[in-house]
Amino acid sequence: MFIFVLILLIFLGVFPIIVAMSNYWLTLLVMMAIYAITATSLNIMIGYGGLISIGHGGFLMIGTYTVAILSDRYEFPFLLVFILSGVVTGIIGIIIALSAAKLSGHFLAVVTLGFGISVPVIALNWNSLTNGYSGLLISRPDFFSSKLGLYYFVIVCLVLILWLIHNIVNSGIGRAFISIRESEVAAKSSGINTTFYKVMMFVISAFFTGLAGGLYGYWIGFAGPTDFPITTSFLLLAMIVVGGMHSFYGPIVGATLLAVIPHFTDEYAGITNVVIGFTLVIVILFRPNGLVTVVEWLKRKKASTEVSVEKEV
Amino acid sequence: MVTKEDFKLEAFLQITFSGLVMGSIYALAAIGLVLIYNTTEVVNFAQGEMAMITTFVSFTFLSVLEFPFYIAFILAIAFATLFGMTIYQGIMRQVQKAPPLNQLVVTLGLFLAFNGIAGLIWGYTPKGYPNAIKGDSFQVGSISMTPHQIFVLIVTFSLMALLFIVFHYSKIGLAMRATQQDAETASLMGVRVSRVFNWTWATGTILGGVAGMLTAPITYVEPSMMLDVLIMGFASAIFGGFVNVAGSVMGGIIVGVYSNWISYYLGSELNVAFVFLLIVVVLYIRPTGLFGTKYVKKV
Repeated sequence: MFIFVLILLIFLGVFPIIVAMSNYWLTLLVMMAIYAITATSLNIMIGYGGLISIGHGGFLMIGTYTVAILSDRYEFPFLLVFILSGVVTGIIGIIIALSAAKLSGHFLAVVTLGFGISVPVIALNWNSLTNGYSGLLISRPDFFSSKLGLYYFVIVCLVLILWLIHNIVNSGIGRAFISIRESEVAAKSSGINTTFYKVMMFVISAFFTGLAGGLYGYWIGFAGPTDFPITTSFLLLAMIVVGGMHSFYGPIVGATLLAVIPHFTDEYAGITNVVIGFTLVIVILFRPNGLVTVVEWLKRKKASTEVSVEKEV
Repeated sequence: MVTKEDFKLEAFLQITFSGLVMGSIYALAAIGLVLIYNTTEVVNFAQGEMAMITTFVSFTFLSVLEFPFYIAFILAIAFATLFGMTIYQGIMRQVQKAPPLNQLVVTLGLFLAFNGIAGLIWGYTPKGYPNAIKGDSFQVGSISMTPHQIFVLIVTFSLMALLFIVFHYSKIGLAMRATQQDAETASLMGVRVSRVFNWTWATGTILGGVAGMLTAPITYVEPSMMLDVLIMGFASAIFGGFVNVAGSVMGGIIVGVYSNWISYYLGSELNVAFVFLLIVVVLYIRPTGLFGTKYVKKV
């Protein structure tokens, strides 16, 4: 595993040279990174905590707008704005969580769906804050004026955030989340404050998603009300399930896959949706625990052939 | 914004009436969702797009083959029946025992796929859809009504009555109710559960399709026409507690009228946001919906 991660990091490091600084390819990789962060933070709720959210596109959008508004209107320093994009989104997450902590299953799903639909609507109509349909331009800080510097910043953030989330879900907090997923009543009776941990899940998830939104804002240089429609939230959910929600790496695999598909199918408007749609159906039908299980399946296949060889001897 | 002097009873009644019409369409969509959820435990996100496909099929019958409206309507319903059964037999049956999230993602996949397919076949330019009944609008008291609105109300309420009768007085209705209670026990008692599932998917698809064909003259026919109706259908179903037909009807009417008030008095862009605000408030007070039954989860 360690060698694999190392190879991946080296690949990400030399990627700009491989693609000869092509803006298109860099954007593709940055979008993968942003979706990987978002899907992994969404998986804290879904895979570890068992709470469904179909509205994470809304959190992404809040992160992007926070960067746009704070950096343009108030000229805060870069790093502070970036952190604040997570903090503001986290605070919105608390508000959503407090109103949704009692709910579960499809009731929670519909409330978060409503949130995901409402954020773009609010962004479109709150003219004084968001400049409505025309959106807001985001100026990059001077030391990231080249796309290359920003690219490496995104990669560093990706690694740091994934490392943080990995540590969170493997700590006591993560185990509390899992116990809530397995049985809320049992978790409660073993002294876990389930409401507190549910709100915490929302906040952690929203915080990192907000950061991803901030990265998106800096990379694109623009925040608009049509950037994250409700289908983005659907796709985020799909990334987790297609990649494998019971594995830490699953959402990353799913995010990579679903970010790459449009690259091959962009020529016709309808084809992308058809391909992504059927990919989801086929993966769920044949690998119900996600694409990460392909690795285990291959291992088992290899092991079983070895065993059968031994038997023959 | 409306000040007190601007508030006119006539306008208020007019808005309420057209809200009632939209609400009965939402109710149809909600019943379709709830029916499929109650029987097969699948939350069908593809419902709206399946309805859109059915509407496009009826549109093809009407405008390309130039059939009269009622024949196109009946043919579209026949199509919806087959369509729903095909989706169940071909795809949903395989995930019937899968975790809920997997089922949800499969229906999301179908949602995207149907949206793309419709775009490829029929294109993305909105097309006009003819009214079922032509004629001028007329006045009832201070409210002006169009024949289409009356048609919507008649169709939805007769469908609801039909569903009620089928549910309570027919053999397949009894089988459906038994399966909703407990699929395993029902199958032990000789109910052919897979046949019930088949018909449930067909019924859900028909209800969605009718909602689509009733929406089309009000909006346009295009691949994303049903997204709003689906979302409002979900909202209505949640108000009703996701349990039964009566709750969905009440939910649909509340959502329809309320969102029309918001559109008129605050601005039409905001109605979705305000509908969900109301839902959050309602669910905060009653976590299983207005008409939902409180359930206790056993360990």
